[in-house]
Amino acid sequence: MFAYIVRRMFQSVIVLLVVGLVAFSMFRFVGDPIDNMLGQERTQADIDRLRTELGLDKPFPVQYFKFLQGAVQGNFGVSYRQGRPVSTIIAERAPATLELAFVSGFLAITMGIALGVFTAIRRQGVAANVIMTVSLIGVSLPTFLIGILLIYIFSVELDLLPSFGRGETVMIGNWSTGFLTSSGLKALILPAITLGLYQMTLIMRLVRSEMLEVLRADYVRFARARGLSDRVINFRHALKNTLVPVITITGLQLGSIIAFAIITETVFQWPGVGLLFINAIQFVDIPVMAAYLMLISVMFVTINLIVDLLYYAIDPRLRVDARAT
Amino acid sequence: MSLLTINDLTVEFPTRRKLFTAVDHVDLSVEPGEIHGLVGESGAGKSTIGAAIMGLLDRPGRIASGTIKLSGDQISGIDAEAMRGLRGKKISMIFQDPLTSLNPLFTVREQLVETIQAHLGGSDSEANKRARDLIDRVGIPDPDARLDQYPHQFSGGMRQRVVIALALCTEPDVIIADEPTTALDVSVQAQILDLIKELATERQVGVILITHDMGVIADTTDKVTVMYAGKVVESGPTSQVMGQPTHEYTKSLIAAVPRPTLKLHRFPQISYGGRETRFAIEDMARHWPKVDNDTSKPVFEIRNLTKKFLQKRGLLPWDRTYFTAVDDVSFDIRAGEVFGVVGESGSGKSTVARMIAGLYPVDGGTITFEGQTVSDLTNKAALDAYRKNIQMIFQDPYSSLNPRMRVDEIVAEPIRHHKLMDGADIKRRVDELLDQVGLGHEAGLKYPHEFSGGQRQRISIARALATQPRFLICDEPTSALDVSIQAQILNILKDLQEHLGLTLLFISHDLPVVRQMCDRVAVMKQGKVVELQETNDLFANPQTEYASELLRLMPKLDDLSTEGLNAET
Repeated sequence: MFAYIVRRMFQSVIVLLVVGLVAFSMFRFVGDPIDNMLGQERTQADIDRLRTELGLDKPFPVQYFKFLQGAVQGNFGVSYRQGRPVSTIIAERAPATLELAFVSGFLAITMGIALGVFTAIRRQGVAANVIMTVSLIGVSLPTFLIGILLIYIFSVELDLLPSFGRGETVMIGNWSTGFLTSSGLKALILPAITLGLYQMTLIMRLVRSEMLEVLRADYVRFARARGLSDRVINFRHALKNTLVPVITITGLQLGSIIAFAIITETVFQWPGVGLLFINAIQFVDIPVMAAYLMLISVMFVTINLIVDLLYYAIDPRLRVDARAT
Repeated sequence: MSLLTINDLTVEFPTRRKLFTAVDHVDLSVEPGEIHGLVGESGAGKSTIGAAIMGLLDRPGRIASGTIKLSGDQISGIDAEAMRGLRGKKISMIFQDPLTSLNPLFTVREQLVETIQAHLGGSDSEANKRARDLIDRVGIPDPDARLDQYPHQFSGGMRQRVVIALALCTEPDVIIADEPTTALDVSVQAQILDLIKELATERQVGVILITHDMGVIADTTDKVTVMYAGKVVESGPTSQVMGQPTHEYTKSLIAAVPRPTLKLHRFPQISYGGRETRFAIEDMARHWPKVDNDTSKPVFEIRNLTKKFLQKRGLLPWDRTYFTAVDDVSFDIRAGEVFGVVGESGSGKSTVARMIAGLYPVDGGTITFEGQTVSDLTNKAALDAYRKNIQMIFQDPYSSLNPRMRVDEIVAEPIRHHKLMDGADIKRRVDELLDQVGLGHEAGLKYPHEFSGGQRQRISIARALATQPRFLICDEPTSALDVSIQAQILNILKDLQEHLGLTLLFISHDLPVVRQMCDRVAVMKQGKVVELQETNDLFANPQTEYASELLRLMPKLDDLSTEGLNAET
């Protein structure tokens, strides 16, 4: 078990290094940050001086190495645009994105599993068929369109919910939360639905097909032959077996909730790291972009690791073998 | 009054095109303490009867007419909730495959306690005590420790005991055992059947034993009902039905059972229902390259063959553990003979075959084919030339054919791979092969799922013969087939050996089949060859304890009618 975690950590580090390398090799195609940083009245001498100062005259492997050197010490450099340390900026913005991702992830998993189980058990029912049809829309509509539709219905026409921003926030230590005010909670609803809808329908369809598969398994037939109640069979025997494969996909999906928050945050002007990243690209703010990409990869890698560990928790076939030897 | 009475039962499955009658006006009754065998080929409707009794017919199946009564009370057509109360409490079921009938994510204790409490209620400690008693009763050693283990930690036989314990949870009156030993080894099969017999006598439980294995029927049951195409064709006390069958179908079914004591030249094929398919061996022999089998020389010389599998992976070499599947095995296979390998599952017999076929690399020892060492060949041309001469027929005709390829593509594939012919020649050759194995060349345009198990095995044979090999490896080629289909396939294999001069490596766990097919037999146990003899000598006079034990456990078919059999002289 321990050896397994060590091995996974080692693999994770390699993944992170490769992501960083690819990112840095791309940065030079995004544009020249110097153009934005110096005003109209610049001289060639100014440009050269700033370029040397920022280390942009060096080849990209050297820049990457310098970035890594700083990163391992917790120093991600200074934003070109805001002139403040990147770590501070991200720390300010992260709570907004994390809260949004948490709420929509929670919605996606609970609703997805509940609806998936429902549609699997009542396979022939009218309600199940309606849900399945509607879910097709959820899978096929792009996120930004859903966001715009929701804004049009609930903000413009019905004037029930705010169309942008995250409302009033309360600071708890360094964490700014929107959970404690009514305007903050109201502002969460539309972006959370927009971000989570696709994941929800995906999880639902996945749970449904897995569950249908499991309900045909011999051990479910045997459980039935032993006279166990439908509730025990569906929710104890079948659901637990359904979750084993569902966890993998769901884990990856949660990673992408954070990564794809960019689009939702742009539509709703949500002040999170996704919006920060979009602005950073426009300004060629290399330190911010680099830090953001690394952050996202760390999250993906961590979620994957957690998912693999969850396998051990759920499936005794892996757990017991590991212990027995 | 009988314990279980089935009267005029008809079960129908309405499909889009027509109504399919799976069970057709069947009568059956079971007394307390009686084991009633239900025998027939796949599709005969015997499992459907079991499902109908349990109220577990798959949709859209329904009981169209007739009644099922348990101790005089009608149980067919009662509402779902009442039926659930009976299930497990009065009637239990044992399924075929112990590997899949237990939930892998729950311990044995959890599954037992949940079932006990569902029917009897009671406190946790009472249920736990009962669970322990049950596990002890079905003969699982060290019940306290094993209760908290998960199903995958049990061997196949032990799992089937757990399944039986689960079926016994609430003292049922009737147990329906649907092929309870088909997935098990001979020795384990004997133990499980003994356990079922004991339970029937001791607790006066009525058992319906559904099987296609005549040996199991003859050894275990008190009464037997023979089914064909949904109908009962014959029913009565086992010794009478097996010894003096009156119906034509029963006669031909019994005649097709391989006998351990009687060597036949050819298996009698079931003539009932007119399903016989011709195998054009003379036609095939005419086109086959002439081989001179010098019987004094071995085709294969296997020396000190060893194979290890990684059992536990580890970061460091000394953390890894290996499992020796094949351990220092040596034997010769003579030209033109059928060489049998028998053993229980896990004895390494399939691994040996796979190493000979070049599917597994060899970890130690050598394989020599016609004087050339082939186990260390790396040159692709030499390896291909060797492989062209070795073809394989697998156990499971359902998974050994690619479902997305047409049959003619499947049969043509080895020819294309070895670049033996091209274009129109391939097509002609494939058509010929399909005609010769009795499928007809039109079969080439269909896909594997359109064929039955026996027909698929014929496709496998056509594919194996496509490269005109010298040597065929048959890995349990008939263990997934019904007894009549088995007879057809075994006859084909015998024809191939006799008329085409092929040498066969025949792997099986079925001793009567081996007796019929093989000239010499190697008995394997835990990766080692423990005995190698001429077949007749082995059966008459086994030299090792293990071989005599295997022979002892083999079902005795002495009571079976020998009508229509001609012993080889």
